[in-house]
Amino acid sequence: MISIDLIQKTAETLMDKAAIEIPEDYLTGLQAAAESEDGDLSSFVLQAMLENYKAAKEDRRAMCGDTGCPRWYVKMGNEARVEGGPVALETALRQATANATNGVPLRPNRVHPLWRTDHNNNVGIGAPEIEYGYEPGGDWIDLITVHKGGLFGTDYRMLFPSDGIEGIKRFYLDSLLAFGKRGLACQPAIIGIGLGGSKDTCMVLGKRAACLRVVGDRNPDPKIAALEDEFKELGNSIGMGAMGFVGKNMVIDCNIEVGYCHTGGMQMSVHAFCLSSRRAVARLWPGGRVEYRTDPDWFTPYQRRETIDWPTATTKAAK
Amino acid sequence: MSKPREIRLSTTPAPEALAGLRLGDIVYLDGLLYTAREGVYKRALEEQANIPMELPGQSATNFHCSPAAAIREDGTFDMGAVTATASFRFAKWLPEWMAKTGAKLIIGKGGMSSKDYKSYFVPNGAIYLSTVGYGTGALLGRGIEKVEAVHWQDELGLAQAMWVIRCKRMGPFIVASDLEGNCLFERENAKIAANLERVYEGTRPAVLKRYGETDDRSDEVIG
Repeated sequence: MISIDLIQKTAETLMDKAAIEIPEDYLTGLQAAAESEDGDLSSFVLQAMLENYKAAKEDRRAMCGDTGCPRWYVKMGNEARVEGGPVALETALRQATANATNGVPLRPNRVHPLWRTDHNNNVGIGAPEIEYGYEPGGDWIDLITVHKGGLFGTDYRMLFPSDGIEGIKRFYLDSLLAFGKRGLACQPAIIGIGLGGSKDTCMVLGKRAACLRVVGDRNPDPKIAALEDEFKELGNSIGMGAMGFVGKNMVIDCNIEVGYCHTGGMQMSVHAFCLSSRRAVARLWPGGRVEYRTDPDWFTPYQRRETIDWPTATTKAAK
Repeated sequence: MSKPREIRLSTTPAPEALAGLRLGDIVYLDGLLYTAREGVYKRALEEQANIPMELPGQSATNFHCSPAAAIREDGTFDMGAVTATASFRFAKWLPEWMAKTGAKLIIGKGGMSSKDYKSYFVPNGAIYLSTVGYGTGALLGRGIEKVEAVHWQDELGLAQAMWVIRCKRMGPFIVASDLEGNCLFERENAKIAANLERVYEGTRPAVLKRYGETDDRSDEVIG
């Protein structure tokens, strides 16, 4: 049994870490970008961002004033049991979100879409989102928080098999360009692409590809991995850098996730996880042990299983 | 690669100080500024509520910003990071706001179009400063000397409220328009557009079209 108090306390710590500490993989990616950048203005911007990450950690203040929309991904081993059950778990995550919004502080971003009512704590109808995944074996629970920016950099389009890779490339470039101008997407970003599924799951896949995979990670399908490399290169060849200034760094990495779709379609979504790629992860065990990390390790062989059965493999975190 | 110029500027700047600025200059601000975005604009302009500050006497700087901030139980403020939100969405209210408040510096994300600059920034002797990154919230937070007040938080919520901030060397910001109405982002977009034909080679437009789109990639999209 995993203690509910430990879940809430850990969730509050994760909220704080996500808002303040840039994940190591993104930082390494951005440092490499800063070294290669030769546009005057975009180079200045990347240096300022590197200073900003340092200032945030030193002062324990949020990296960015727009602290995004906090959301939760919960992954449970098949043997995990939570004190009070799933309802207690959701209550604890909502309470932690409210407490951290006031404590860090975060910007209370969440409002009613029509009445603009703001509870000043990032909690409301459907907020924060809580999504679930499961893994065979294991009595642990992974708590993952992502505070993704909410306005620019994401688009969806129903493509068809006849659009082919050329059509995918076109929509990818259109998305980068439309949201990259004036830096609305807060690039260079981790670009996530969802292909297939249905409209809603295509969006989910792309968002998870951007937020739940780390820089340098590659899809296990070698042909998709090659596309990821090609798309990263393509995005960086536009000639646009940070803030839409002339530059060569638009994409820190490109991650593609796929799901089986209707035989006549080829859904596509594009998502940008920004210069403040806020994510933090902890694994909790029944005995009270907690381990923090920044790699969500979401896309295991089980999550990507193609048939009824799945390949047996341990998760990265368990290794 | 040349380094941009760095300049200290008052939040109630003299016209000569603004005239000396060039697109791409880096600016650090001293003085009083306030946040105002759609909530404040709607309340002050559409609902005709009295603006709770003396403008532009107290401040001529409007920051399109919602801070990461909380009001403590004792009524004091805890403001961590501050960064801008995208300004183009406020074009509907800005001409009237600037005429009414005499704002000389509009700070935000992404700038406006040169059409906006020429039609109501230039006549008001105002320029646009862009935040950097975007997301230098912690650096900008260090430039807060004091949170002087927050207005309309009950009516608008903390994110949309009018925060009054005393700043000391707050920055960096980038000069994104000048007193002639030139636009830094459009200048950069024009340079990038020259390369696009080559980048798009080997791609194909979608077989199913959508209404209301543009295929002109020099289009600024925001207007």
